[in-house]
Amino acid sequence: MSKRNNNPMLPCWEKPLLLLASGLWVLALLLAGLAPARADALADALNPLPTVAMADMEQAIGKLAQVQDPRVGGVLKALLEARLFYVKESKRVVFADPKDDGFKLTDALTGEALGEVGRFDVKKIPITNALRTVLNSAIAKLELTAPDAKQRLKAVESIIQNPNPEALALLTKQVGQEPDNTVREAIQVALALSDLSGSDKTLRVQAIHALEGNLNQEVRNRLTALQEKTETGDFIEPDSDIRNLAAVALKKIQLKLEMNHLGEMLFFGLSLGAVLVLAAIGLAITFGVMGVINMAHGELMMIGAYTTYVVQLLMPNAIDYSLFVAIPAAFVITGLVGIGIERGIIRFLYGRPLETLLATFGLSLVLQQLVRSIFSPLNRSVSTPSWMSGSLEINSALSLTLNRFYIILFSLLVFWGLLMILKKTRLGLEVRAVAQNRAMAKAMGIRTDWVDAMTFGLGSGIAGVAGVALSQLTNVGPNLGQAYIVDSFMVVVFGGVGNLWGTLVGGLTLGVADKILEPYVGTVLAKILMLIFIILFIQKRPRGLFPQKGRAAEG
Amino acid sequence: MDIGNLLARDRVGKTFLTLLALFAVVVSTLNLLVPEASALHVSTFTVTVAGKYLCYALLALAVDLVWGYCGILSLGHGAFFALGGYAMGMYMMRQIGERGVYGNALLPDFMVFLNWKELPWYWLGFDHFWFASMMVLLVPGLLACVFGWLAFRSRVTGVYLSIITQALTYAFMLAFFRNEMGFGGNNGLTDFKDILGFNLQKDGTRVAIFLLSALFLGLGYVTSRFVVESKMGRVVTAVRDAESRTRFIGYKVEHFKLWIFVFSAILAGIAGALYVPQVGIINPSEFSPLNSLELVIWVAVGGRGTLYGAVLGAILVNYAKTVFTGILPEVWLFALGGLFVAVTLFMPDGLVGVARRLRLGGVR
Repeated sequence: MSKRNNNPMLPCWEKPLLLLASGLWVLALLLAGLAPARADALADALNPLPTVAMADMEQAIGKLAQVQDPRVGGVLKALLEARLFYVKESKRVVFADPKDDGFKLTDALTGEALGEVGRFDVKKIPITNALRTVLNSAIAKLELTAPDAKQRLKAVESIIQNPNPEALALLTKQVGQEPDNTVREAIQVALALSDLSGSDKTLRVQAIHALEGNLNQEVRNRLTALQEKTETGDFIEPDSDIRNLAAVALKKIQLKLEMNHLGEMLFFGLSLGAVLVLAAIGLAITFGVMGVINMAHGELMMIGAYTTYVVQLLMPNAIDYSLFVAIPAAFVITGLVGIGIERGIIRFLYGRPLETLLATFGLSLVLQQLVRSIFSPLNRSVSTPSWMSGSLEINSALSLTLNRFYIILFSLLVFWGLLMILKKTRLGLEVRAVAQNRAMAKAMGIRTDWVDAMTFGLGSGIAGVAGVALSQLTNVGPNLGQAYIVDSFMVVVFGGVGNLWGTLVGGLTLGVADKILEPYVGTVLAKILMLIFIILFIQKRPRGLFPQKGRAAEG
Repeated sequence: MDIGNLLARDRVGKTFLTLLALFAVVVSTLNLLVPEASALHVSTFTVTVAGKYLCYALLALAVDLVWGYCGILSLGHGAFFALGGYAMGMYMMRQIGERGVYGNALLPDFMVFLNWKELPWYWLGFDHFWFASMMVLLVPGLLACVFGWLAFRSRVTGVYLSIITQALTYAFMLAFFRNEMGFGGNNGLTDFKDILGFNLQKDGTRVAIFLLSALFLGLGYVTSRFVVESKMGRVVTAVRDAESRTRFIGYKVEHFKLWIFVFSAILAGIAGALYVPQVGIINPSEFSPLNSLELVIWVAVGGRGTLYGAVLGAILVNYAKTVFTGILPEVWLFALGGLFVAVTLFMPDGLVGVARRLRLGGVR
């Protein structure tokens, strides 16, 4: 800073900033000077503890609780948990943890480890039940007034788990002043739960109403406990009104839980569907335009996934950004491979779709074996960037993993991109023309050869991009493509090849249906049911959900 | 049309049948009558491998019937093959009786292992050979009938049909992998002891099954030839070449397709039933889509629409597979994949087509 101060070119607005900065600096110095004094305050409060008389203990604790120091909470808790000891000789106050017949000591003030001592070298600072009450309220007060909302929430949650009257009294006071919504709600739950265990019927009824629809585990436990019977068959809770009300509230909670569960399944289904859409969309356009089933599509996805792996190998220090490199890289590489396949093989097989199927299948075997030879048959691990790991917590019963969330977004983005290419670009126009009527398009001067190559390249490129997405969900291995190929064919068959929306709707539907069936019948049976469903579905609509329109006798 | 007449016009077929009979007789004689020390002795292992190839050939014949003559590329014929195999496997499983690891006369080992108390209903009857043999024909036939009826009725054709048949065999694979299905799950059915009271480990039994495979291949060939030469076969060929036109002329295209599909499935089932006693195991991997695709390439290599081409392709490709996987396992997939590409690109009519072209070239 001072160096820049000498700079005559310094713009005028930086001067106040400089002043501010230096002011802060002075403040910091002051604080630093104050710090030892604060520590002394804690020491002053703490050091007398070993010698203070039992009668004056309450006062001593009160004094300790007043000290403004982050360590106070720990000391008070240690005292409550009977972990606060003093060394007999030096009267030094320590935390002591039992260890093989002796204690392991930590200095209460400095946190310095003091090694182990025998059982008789230290003595516990004794407390009474009355003092426990004092301590409880002191600790609760300390935590509930913490500046950090998360810390306050944690404190309230711990009170919900082990309620004590002092803390509840504090909560009653705190509820009006609490600025944070989440914390306030938690406080209300704690208060309602305490009302519930009281004896005032109106309060209890109110409490049950307040607790309706709350997803907290403790609330559920308490409401369930109200329904329980003793061994003799009588209800533990004598008041039938309360019991019934609690049952209703519990039912509401369960309904809400189920809704959340359904939401979660829907989310998983959508993410599976998104993967299927990504995998199938490339297939759909090549099939729609060229009438060609590309059995090597799965292997193109595999190449995309391996591209991610290689990109991450090349930039090990920037994993967070690797995907942004891998996506275009995979698109280009698999796109080129696709154009190569089209020019080298498929071009010669037009009008013979079944042979194309076989040839591309052979190609898929070759590609798989190639990857096995280059990268070994073992799975490779691809790391997830930090911004994609973790989860999004909607409420205590529903949390969505971020990577799946991003994959849904990504597949929608790819879908939209492809839609735009087909709708707005010259290539898209030509692709649609060729798909509708190849001969006529050719007569109008469209280079169908070139369009075919480009379509195939585009479809393959999307397969590569899908592979990048898959690498974030599953293991990257030579069999990656095979696992998805049958499913993505099903999506194409189900959705039809008439337009891309069929693929989107088909993929998402199949994904969601699969995940909804799964908990009832198991993974394998769910898949079998889906296959049977599709076989029956094409009875009704042999060309899928969105068939290609045409007037030929053979579709 | 009598058989003699039929074969008189099928010169290659006659040669093939003669060769088949000769091969069967020579191999079994060399195994049973020539002492083991002799250089001419054919080991029982070789006999079994040869028998396996014959089963594959029968399977290829089945595929050629639907693909070569009706234009239906079924990627699910492995399912019919495996179902026939399972039916026979279930019979042999019941024959084990008390000789299993757990010594339970009522239940096969894997059911004891799963803690099942009684035989599931669909296992009833498999103690009898006649019942199992009937199932070998009925189960694949019925499945083909139901599936084919659904598919052909709604005019699912071309690649769509191929994909759906692939899904079919995939679904079966997933289902049979489940232990709860009661077909041995992952491990399938194995550890067979004997068939119709004959010990499966004995040379005599092995040779007998080998001869049976040859017999059924021969019979399968003659029947298939009869079918394709019949009037119905002509219509089926017409469906292949111009489906709509055939329909417009007034034929019920669906019925013809269904007929040939069911017949082909039954042939595949028989092939499976003969295959299982020779290899001694049947497990869900037989249902894998890769298997079904592989057998399509046998037919393509040999030359489809000729019947004998399919047999030739099945035997050649499988021989190549045995050789390659023995010396260079990792090359096999390259070779197989390359075969798919090369055959479709350069030999659309397979080896038979190449031979035909050479002969025509020679005449000219």
